[in-house]
Amino acid sequence: MADAHKLEILRGLVKFKSNTQKIWGVLILLSIITAVEVAFGIYKPESLMTKFIGMKLLNWIFIILTIVKAYYITWDFMHMRDETKALRRMVVWTAIFLICYLIFILLQEGGYIETVYSSEFIKRDF
Amino acid sequence: MDTTVANTGTEGKTWGGGNEPLKSSYGKMMMWFFIVSDALTFSGFLAAYGFSRFKFIGSWPIADEVFTHVPFFHGNYPMIYVAFMTFVLIMSSVTMVLAVDAGHHMQKSKVTFYMFLTIIGGLIFVGSQAWEWGTFIKGDYGAVQTKGGNILQFGEYKTIDGDKVFKRVAVRDIAIDAHGERVQHDRKSGLWFVSEGALPAYTVDEVYNGLEANSNVLVRTQAINAEGEKTVLSRAESLKQIKNNGKLVVEGANLHVNEYGTALFADFFFFITGFHGFHVFSGVLINIIIFFNVVLGTYERRGSYEMVEKVGLYWHFVDLVWVFVFTFFYLV
Repeated sequence: MADAHKLEILRGLVKFKSNTQKIWGVLILLSIITAVEVAFGIYKPESLMTKFIGMKLLNWIFIILTIVKAYYITWDFMHMRDETKALRRMVVWTAIFLICYLIFILLQEGGYIETVYSSEFIKRDF
Repeated sequence: MDTTVANTGTEGKTWGGGNEPLKSSYGKMMMWFFIVSDALTFSGFLAAYGFSRFKFIGSWPIADEVFTHVPFFHGNYPMIYVAFMTFVLIMSSVTMVLAVDAGHHMQKSKVTFYMFLTIIGGLIFVGSQAWEWGTFIKGDYGAVQTKGGNILQFGEYKTIDGDKVFKRVAVRDIAIDAHGERVQHDRKSGLWFVSEGALPAYTVDEVYNGLEANSNVLVRTQAINAEGEKTVLSRAESLKQIKNNGKLVVEGANLHVNEYGTALFADFFFFITGFHGFHVFSGVLINIIIFFNVVLGTYERRGSYEMVEKVGLYWHFVDLVWVFVFTFFYLV
């Protein structure tokens, strides 16, 4: 296992010579993504404030960038890239399936309660 | 030694026993499965946060206005400090993975050094978290809570570089102290079975008098308008709201009240960042134990640094969770 690291990221776009070099490369990638997120968060460009599938476009960008970051942390820092396919699928798909299920149910319900409140059949501010 | 009574006929096959079909040791695999279950716990919390937020989508606090402080600097710097905390945690993840890598090459001194840096990074993060909590609990402007539990904040319009900007005004700057005689109830001086927490610094009447005296100060409600900003009331409406609905002067945030908006926001903030902070704290403790084992040469004698790899997995997971907490509490 020790020397069997896969040394390319971004589908082979960037190849590293050693595992240590790959770690620093991934750090740079993660730092760039975080910097972009913070810059978007501070300046909030007006053009990204449009609604897209129930949420602001900017929020979708934040969530996608977060998942990209999570991917690189899991794949390169936790060495998921080097594990067998079976172990990888067992861990990743189980979690993704259950989390998506949970999020769908809770957000759906939260949105429904919001419509009940905002239709003013129920008064909660006295 | 062969201890089975009968042979099963599956010896030598993948699942025949004694193999590692997933090419991963028992300990590492169990760490992965623990991480899956812990990830589900955290997503349960974050999904519950999303539920409450969707429920109160029209009045949820805007994170940019809540977390605006940086230690040793005055002024309004949203996001900068959390970005720093995120970077510290990612950096300590990097030193951890470098320690794991050095462990693969059996370089004891390098593992020691990188483990040490990881522990330092973890401590800086936990310290920053504590500071963030302290600032949030202390609050900065104060607000008035209404009978319905909503929050009314104060501010005034100022012209900065030609733009009309709503600038917050602190309750303590406008309230006129009436030197009221209301004293905190003690168990010894009244009903012994009733106790009372610390009284707010001002009463609603004192704030109302202050609002009347400062003719440019307006009230801002929790409701988010079409531009994505909090609604500012007119002068007449401001006075009316405080007079008729004001119930309690609130400073800072805790599990009961929250000067930044709905108390749920503070509850979730304390619970989720607290649970994450607890993970970081226990991660630091485990890292310290492993660090001393490395120093004592335990793994050198064992011939494998796999324990470093296992705590490494846990430590990266803590970083992974923070990435999501950062997004959902501070960005979205």
